[in-house]
Amino acid sequence: MLRATLKSLLARKLRLVLSGFAVVLGVMAVAGALILGDTLNSSVGKLFSGVYEGTDVVVTGKTFVDASSEGGVSTSQPVPANLITQLQTLPDAAAVQGVVAEDGARVVGKDNKIITSNGPPRLGLNWTGENKQTHLRRGRGPQSDNEVAINVPLAEQSGFTIGDRINVLTKEPKQALRVVGIYGVDAHQGSLGGETSVSFTEETAQHLMLGKIDAFSRVKLKAKSGVSQGQLRNEVKTKLGNNRDDFVVKTGVAASKENADQLQSFVSVVKNVLLGFAAVALFVGVFLILNTFSILVAQRTRELALFRAMGAGRGQVIRSVMLEAMAVGIIASTLGLAAGVGIAKLLLEVLGSQSDGSELFKGSFAVPVSAVIASYVVGVIVTLIVTLIAALIPALRASRIPPVAALREATVTARPLTKVTIAGVAATALGLAGILLALFANASVVLLLLGVLLSFIGVAMLTPAITRPVVGVMGWALSWSLPGKLGQRNAARNPRRTAITASALMIGLALVTGVSVIASSLTASIEKSVERDIKASLFIAGDSFGGGSLVTFDAQVVDQVKQLPGVSDAAAYYGDFAKLEGRVQFVTAVDPSDLTKVTDVSATQGRLGDLKAGSVLIDDSFAKSNKLKVGNKLDITTTNGGLKSFAVAAIYKRTVISQGPIMSVADAKTDFGRPGPIQALIAVDKDASVDAVKKRVAKLLADNPEVSVQSQEEISKRAATQVNQFVLVLYVLLGLAIVIAVLGIINTLALSILERTRELGLLRAVGLSRAKTRRMITAESIVISVFGALLGIVVGCGLGALIVTALKDQGLQVLAFP
Amino acid sequence: MTSQTSASDTETSAIAVRAVDLWKIYGEVEHTTVNALAGVSAKFERGHFTAIMGPSGSGKSTLMHCLAGLDQATKGDVWIGNSKVSGLSDRGLTKLRREKVGFVFQQFNLLPTLNAQENILLPLEIAGQKADPEWLDRVITTVGLADRLKHRPAELSGGQQQRVACARALVSRPEVIFADEPTGNLDSRSSSEVLGFLRQSVKEFGQTIIMVTHDPRAASYADRIIFLSDGKVTAELLNPTEELVFDQMKHLDRVAESDGVADSDDVTESDSAADSASELPAPNATPAVKEA
Repeated sequence: MLRATLKSLLARKLRLVLSGFAVVLGVMAVAGALILGDTLNSSVGKLFSGVYEGTDVVVTGKTFVDASSEGGVSTSQPVPANLITQLQTLPDAAAVQGVVAEDGARVVGKDNKIITSNGPPRLGLNWTGENKQTHLRRGRGPQSDNEVAINVPLAEQSGFTIGDRINVLTKEPKQALRVVGIYGVDAHQGSLGGETSVSFTEETAQHLMLGKIDAFSRVKLKAKSGVSQGQLRNEVKTKLGNNRDDFVVKTGVAASKENADQLQSFVSVVKNVLLGFAAVALFVGVFLILNTFSILVAQRTRELALFRAMGAGRGQVIRSVMLEAMAVGIIASTLGLAAGVGIAKLLLEVLGSQSDGSELFKGSFAVPVSAVIASYVVGVIVTLIVTLIAALIPALRASRIPPVAALREATVTARPLTKVTIAGVAATALGLAGILLALFANASVVLLLLGVLLSFIGVAMLTPAITRPVVGVMGWALSWSLPGKLGQRNAARNPRRTAITASALMIGLALVTGVSVIASSLTASIEKSVERDIKASLFIAGDSFGGGSLVTFDAQVVDQVKQLPGVSDAAAYYGDFAKLEGRVQFVTAVDPSDLTKVTDVSATQGRLGDLKAGSVLIDDSFAKSNKLKVGNKLDITTTNGGLKSFAVAAIYKRTVISQGPIMSVADAKTDFGRPGPIQALIAVDKDASVDAVKKRVAKLLADNPEVSVQSQEEISKRAATQVNQFVLVLYVLLGLAIVIAVLGIINTLALSILERTRELGLLRAVGLSRAKTRRMITAESIVISVFGALLGIVVGCGLGALIVTALKDQGLQVLAFP
Repeated sequence: MTSQTSASDTETSAIAVRAVDLWKIYGEVEHTTVNALAGVSAKFERGHFTAIMGPSGSGKSTLMHCLAGLDQATKGDVWIGNSKVSGLSDRGLTKLRREKVGFVFQQFNLLPTLNAQENILLPLEIAGQKADPEWLDRVITTVGLADRLKHRPAELSGGQQQRVACARALVSRPEVIFADEPTGNLDSRSSSEVLGFLRQSVKEFGQTIIMVTHDPRAASYADRIIFLSDGKVTAELLNPTEELVFDQMKHLDRVAESDGVADSDDVTESDSAADSASELPAPNATPAVKEA
């Protein structure tokens, strides 16, 4: 039996290839995602194991807000410089050193644009001389306050060399400094993981990077030989005495691990997105495999009936079909793995070239073997489960083939669709209920996904019932020619098969359509909101959020803008991540008197003008979900201020533009991690020319290359572009699902043509020309594709509209279809 | 029955397959039911070669399917050896097919991907048994395929393919082999080979064979012929020759024609056919012709 199964499998290589292709694509996506993620992970790990090499104990200040999960950074409070002298008295400490190492030293390039690192930090350091991670390639370390040394990646990217004057943006406005040295990790390695760094003298570093002198980012200690890291850590803790709670004391090992974990969250986001699409691909693949195996079983009816007549039991028949599925699964997942490694390498190559040869990707082309093995194991397991589930239904059907079928011509009996339709209605209803519950009752995302999944399955089960009427109607368009008519009839004659094939396409297209509907609604909402809710005609904003650090500019610029002729008012917005009600979220700060002049924000409770130090404005949706009223206290943890209690001054109506907690500028200046404004809105006098004002503002921004002045249109367009860029990435990935679905149509047609050899021969015998036969098959494929596409667009629009409606409260006020 | 144990034992062991009042009714839609089998009772002796004949639609294939447990009769019982076939579960039927039944089909039904030897061994492999090499040798020699064992079905002639199928049916030494029009797709020379071989296996190995055919020449190889018409056994012929079969068929046709008008109205009634066969003595009615 085993031999017979394997032999018959090998004899049908075409079928094997066709049914395996879906699996190959799915596994390729899974393996690609896993390998890419693991490769990035291991290089990030490498980066952070290096930072703490030779450090036994690290002392830092407390971290109030860990925004790394929201795309921000986690910044610990600086430690005072006198801590060093205090710790130097420890008998087991061989060396104690204060280190300034903060993200956010942005160098202005020769083209007057900020040099980006695409992920890795842009560090500002204090020069502590050459050590294990610092090796001067050329020049010397900085000795006076206007001198800096830069690292190799920065030198390579910017083209700056010794003697050049460079402009550096830090917490302070632009500073002009002279490059005196270029350093790497050693003679061969430029950086640990692609980070750029600028080393200042100690005092400059403290001033620019920490905003205060006599402080350090951290103090690192080296233990005397024979003293363990843990031992020294405990001694440090004892020494700190009552101040212990103000500091975090960690061993070097623990610190490097923690640091790596934080950065890996970025990598795991990428990995999870890819895995999500791999899941979509596999889900679509299930339909394809299910269909392929159904057809294969139908074609093997005679053979399987013969097995039964020869004495094979039901179980043996099931096992035979499942074995075939398993063989397909294993072979295909092996091929898929190879393709996945290729895809991962390709993506790394692309990432590498995009990041200007950043070393995070340069050093990581050696795909770790463990990642390959892991993704193969995961891939094989996932595929086997998927393939076996997909093959189970056909296998059960096969086991019910009566042995008499071996003696007769195999006949296709039309089974009633009642059961599957009822099940489909139930599944769709349950899925929709899940989606509604998830959206309107704020249940979990898992529920939403489950609901979407279930709805797809339900719609797929409903499809057979509507196949005949819909295909019948579509057939009118084709019925003018005989081949068209025949093709349409062929598409309608096995509703199940047509339905499953169309369903695969439906899912891919439904997702694309759904995403498009959400995206275009978002764009339209932003556009409308910008028009309606904003009085300001000009904006000062960054080009993008680079490297997780927020773009800031000089607050004085806003004051200068206010004085410009033609400007009626300007509002500077400050922003940072903060923790409130247990969640890290983005908080802004603005002067309330400016706020109402540049936007159409309206209070639903209280007065916006009441905002002052120690109080906060919140939007109505936040107030509702946290049951807050004016006068209530709200605890907010800020980067520098720590946990403080704020009084709710007023509640305002949420829009796409104005949302989230708004604090006073006074609080922002002391408590936010970045003291500068991140954005400004400028209202222009009615009779003034916007363009003229824009030019004047641009002149004022000459020293702030990270931001530019933009008109309303430009801002809308930019928002749309950002949405579109995000959507484009989604399309590319969802395209994979559609490729699989199209493959499914080809597969189904190829198999059903094999099945209909005799019928086609007959048609040819009675005079149907080759061209007409081809047209007939084309007509069939068109009918199936159009059917699937229509279904997908309808389902996708419905799904998208549902989500947009549900998110109305969140500011998505316009429902737009692309 | 205890007193008659030995007698009944010998009786059952002499009968390989037995059908008792077998009915197969198709389609109860709009009052038109078709009785494919209308109360067939028959015994098939062990070590005999029996042919079931009849015109198209006479129910001969249905009878064979029911006898072999491939199809369920609507009413009535089937016994193969000592086991009752009717009412067996799927598992029971599977076991029965493995141990007691072999098949030869009109379409040969060999697996195209397996070579001759692998096809012959397929039933044993399905049942997870080892072939008795001596028996396998003997079967292969008898069918004359010793030099063709490594050939795929596509590389064999129709006659050779059917001989492979016969060997496949024989190899597990079943209680009975059912052959469904085994010569239907063969020319006369290949037919003779296959039929000769089937008769040889009855003579030499004591194999029981039940063959459905409409070919008088094929039927003449059998020890006995059962004639079926409208789902009923209408006549029986022992030690037939080709001429005897022809005559019997002509006779039955005439009966059918004369009854035609009356019978076509109510196919469901099971009255006259069996009687008419017995009433009208067959031409050339030799002692060989018995009443059903």
